[in-house]
Order: sequence, then structure tokens, then C-alpha cells
Amino acid sequence: MFRWVNIQIALAHLTHRRRQTLVSVLGVSLGVGFFIAVSAMMQGSEQDLTDKLINSQPHVTIKDEFRNPSVQPLFQAYEEGALSLKGVKPRERLRGIKDYKGKVEQIEREENAIASAVLTGQVIVRYGGKDRSVSILGVDPDKEVELTTIEEDMIEGDMAALKTTSDGIVIGTGLSNRLQLQLGDLASVVSPTGLVVRMKIVGIFRAGNVLLDEGRAYVLLKDAQVLMNKPNIADQIRIRLPDPNMAIEIASKIEKRWTYRTESWQEVNEDFLSLFVVRNAILYSIVSAIMIVASFGIFNIISTVVMEKRRDIAILMSMGFRAYDIRQIFLLQGFALGIIGMLLGWAVGYGLVEALGSIKFELEGFYDDSRLPLDRGFYQYVIGAAFALIAAIVAAWIPAHRASQVRPVEIIRGAA
Amino acid sequence: MSGEAPRVVLETENVTRILPLTVPVTLVHGINFSVTAGEFVSITGPSGSGKSSLLYLLGLLDAPTEGRVIVEGQDTSLLDRDALAQFRLAHLGFVFQFHFLLPEFTILDNVTIPIKRLGALSEKEAKDRGMQLLEDLEIGDQALKHPDQLSGGQRQRVAIARALGNAPTLILADEPTGNLDTKNSDIVCDIFVRLAKEQGTTIIAVTHDVDFAEAADRNVHLVDGAIARDGAYQRP
Repeated sequence: MFRWVNIQIALAHLTHRRRQTLVSVLGVSLGVGFFIAVSAMMQGSEQDLTDKLINSQPHVTIKDEFRNPSVQPLFQAYEEGALSLKGVKPRERLRGIKDYKGKVEQIEREENAIASAVLTGQVIVRYGGKDRSVSILGVDPDKEVELTTIEEDMIEGDMAALKTTSDGIVIGTGLSNRLQLQLGDLASVVSPTGLVVRMKIVGIFRAGNVLLDEGRAYVLLKDAQVLMNKPNIADQIRIRLPDPNMAIEIASKIEKRWTYRTESWQEVNEDFLSLFVVRNAILYSIVSAIMIVASFGIFNIISTVVMEKRRDIAILMSMGFRAYDIRQIFLLQGFALGIIGMLLGWAVGYGLVEALGSIKFELEGFYDDSRLPLDRGFYQYVIGAAFALIAAIVAAWIPAHRASQVRPVEIIRGAA
Repeated sequence: MSGEAPRVVLETENVTRILPLTVPVTLVHGINFSVTAGEFVSITGPSGSGKSSLLYLLGLLDAPTEGRVIVEGQDTSLLDRDALAQFRLAHLGFVFQFHFLLPEFTILDNVTIPIKRLGALSEKEAKDRGMQLLEDLEIGDQALKHPDQLSGGQRQRVAIARALGNAPTLILADEPTGNLDTKNSDIVCDIFVRLAKEQGTTIIAVTHDVDFAEAADRNVHLVDGAIARDGAYQRP
């Protein structure tokens, strides 16, 4: 419970030392402001990266490989036996996912997801005497558009044109620049089996990722099967889920059922995601350091006030103010510094975020955006405020408690 | 005074205060006396005789090592720190040698702080009462100034007004004229006499000031922490 007279005394103490009050408030507000700005950048880029990861690639990919080599029957028979087999030759196995059409249907039905069978392979695209190695994806264009953001990345032509053009191919801007390929040009595509097919450029995309833009091309699944000489074979099933956060769970479920190696987007991008954890740890330790420095400012001003006001404290106590009232008076000062610092800090933070948002960058590569990705979320303001208030109250507590332990007799006797 | 026995406001029973230092120091010992309503008592004695120590014990700012202080029938040794604070707020008023006014506040605010802390009156009523007290002490025109704009005598009158805020039954004063010139000492002395006579406020004042001690109804003279004489004042 706050007594109005205690609030009045606390405010009087603060307003009578405006410069010191201002300095300690500035400490807090800069801490809060920088936290908001840095956090907006960190969270913004994290969000941006995650969105790019989630949207630009399937959430779950089933591959035609296995995590563990198959166990020899001998070892199955004697699980505990001290056995060793020498000269085992791996079986020549036709790669590919068995009955991919059935599996696609089953996944779509069971998980309410979009699934698409894909055949991948390496080809060489040759045009005007230059050639480049490209990994092609044989896809179903209708599904691919739903699975990834490829349609948004198209700068010329579209994916649907693959269906209407015979031997159509969609390439990235990187490849189109390197080989000076334009929409409508006919390029030679050389497959590993030696087959050469003249394919027509029906679309050009820019994913904002150099690797993809220079090294990936899309064709129809059936064209890929012809190129690779793998009729009726797909080597990946790519799945987009209604909820990307379910990816790990569903991937492990599918892997258990069919034993094909099945990767979630989190597994594929594990190193990226663990980077975020480290970044956040850095962010919060820096902000904590700023707030600790700011709270020293508050501690300093309130300690000084308590030292200088010992007589006033003594007289208030002799009048009948309790230790509780005295503690409250000084805690209120810390709280007020925290609140004012917080509000100013919000303004500083908002200003910084807007200033950062107005900066234009000319960046090539992964960040294709010309502006910093910023998260203008409200919760950073809340966390910043919590930091400020906790720091202020903790810093004020020690001198406030000391003030409440003043023994009026000692001071009044000393003054007389 | 009428025939019936006057009401006892303050009573001490064998009050002793020893500072627990490595060599214990006895400040006062075996103090027995009582004060009735409307009495103006001066406490005198040589330096170091325990006058101020006794006043702090009577004012419940310090607790006796032995014995009891009974104020308004309340045995104060039974009260904890917060209850003592509340008791001081409601029943006691202090005037010290130094005015101890809060420099950040106006004269009127200084007077109303204890009234507001007690919380029996509204903000407006507290202000009116503070103003009334200042006018009674003829410093109403200074109400909106700050303490550093007033003379020493005026400040001491403000301190008295502040002590009177919650209409205490007992005023405790520690050398209230110690820092004042003769003229201002006389004014303060007259105020105390008037308070005792007209409003029945009990006053206990520690003093070195001969005229002030003489103006009181009764004098308690301390020597070496014990009462040497209790009665009419005798000039040294």
C-alpha cells in the first residue's frame, strides 16, 4: 500500500536533484532502447531466416537412402555372437522409392499435407559454347508451387509453363546470366547417361541464394525420368505440412514406417537453428550487462540521497514514520527512475528501430532484401520494461533498506 | 486547577539507560517521576548529565535498559517498533535545537506532513489545519516559502507548528531556544507557556536557557544521570 505523503516525499527528493536523476534515467533508457533495437534486429533476422527456410523448402523430405546399412542375416541370427564377415559385396540395388505414388497418396490422406514425388539428378546445361553443371529436379509443377515459394521467386515465365511446353526447363538468374540464356531460348541438356535433349527456357527464378540461382533447374518429373533413364522412379518425396512445427514428429513417424531416411527441415538446418540459440544468449548477456551498469546508476543516486537525507529520515521517524514508510519512500524513487527510464527507453528503442528500418542495403546473396529484417514485436518492449523495473527495484532495495535501519536518536544526538 | 487530581500524562518507573559499549556507559539511572496534563516542565543539568538521553527515552525514540515509561496509561515497553512509531505520531510532538525542516518542501507542506501521515484528516483539512497553526504562531504569511528563506526564529516556530500538527498531548523539546537570540527565545518561550496554559498541552523541555527554565512550572535538575532536584527552578 502506498501512502500519498510517501510518494510526495519520494518525488520531492528526485525533483530536487534533477541532473543526477536525469543521468540515471538516461542509463536505464539507453539500456532499454538498445535492447529493443538489437532484439528487433536479432529476432527479425531470425524470423526472416526461419521463414525463408520453412517456405523455400519442403518441411519433410523422404529420401531413397537408409540411415543404417542393412544388417546381414548372420548377425540377425546371432545377435550376441562374436562374428565377423569378410568380403561382403554390397548388392547392386536399383535406387528409388518403391511405390512412390502410393506413398504420396497415403501421406496426403493421413497428414492432410501436400506431398510430391521428385527425381533429382545432375546434368550439364550447354549454350553458346559454355556449359555448367546443374542439379535438376523433376517435379509436378502444380505441387511444387504449393510446396515452396518458387512461384514468388519467378521473375520471368512461370512453373505452369512446364506442363504446356514440351521439354521445358525453369532455371535461376545465376545460370541465365552465366550462359546468357533468355526466356524462350533452347539450351542443350546433357544427362549422365549421355542423352542430349534440347530444352526450352520457360521460366527464370531468383531465390536470393546463389547456390540455387546458379545450380538448380526444374523440369517435369517424366522429363527427368527420361533424362536419367529411370522410368517410373522417384528418389524423394517432398512434403509440406499444415503446421511446420510438427515436422520432426512426422518425419520420425514416416521413417519408422518405411525405413527410408526422412529429414525434417529442422534436421536439415540444424546448424542454423543452433546458431540462433547462441545469438540469443549473446543478446541477453549484453543487455544484462547494460542493465547492470544502469542499475549501478540508480544504486548510486539513491545511496547518495539516503546519505544526504539521514537527518530528514531521522526527523520523519521521530515524527512517527515507520521503517516501512522510509523504505517505501526510497524504493518508490528507484521505481520512478525505472518507470521513467523505461518510457524514455521505449521511445529511444522505437526511434532506433525506425531508423534502422529506413536504412537501405545493397546486399547480394542470402539476404536479398534491401532493408534489414526487423521484428517490431510488442513483447520486446515488455521484456525491456521488465529488465528496467527489476534492475531499478533491486538497485534501490539496498539503500532503501539501509535508510529504514536509521536510528533517529543517533542522528539527532549527533546533530545537536 | 479544580479540586480533582490532575490527569497523569507521563510516568517513569526506575528508568535506566546503559549504552552497551566495551566499557558500558550509564546515561541515566533510576529515574522516577510523573508529569500531569498541562504541566510545563524544564529539564536542566550540566553537560553530560543525561538530559537529552532522558528526553529521548520519554519521547520513545530510545528504549530504557531497565524500567518503564508509561505515556497516557500505555506501558510503552510492550510496544514494538512500528507501534511506537504510531504512538509517537498520534500522541507526541518533537521540537529540536535544529529545526530539521525538510528543505524540499514549503513551510505549509512541512507542517502538514505528519498530519497526512496520520491520515485522520483529508488533504484539504490537513492544509487548513496547517495554515491555522502557522497563523496562530504568526507566520502564516510565510506558508508558501521554503525553509531556507526564513530566519532562525521563524524556522523554529515552523518546527513547533509541525509538532502540534496532530494535536499531541505531550510536546518534547530539546534545547528549543539553543540556537536563537534573546528576542526569538522569548517568543518561543511565550508560545510554550501559552500552549500549556491555554490548551493544556504538556511540555517537557531540555534547556540551558535560564529564562526559559524559569518560565516553566516545574524544573527537574539532573546530575550524573539521576534526578538531583525536582520542583521550583533555582537559579544556579
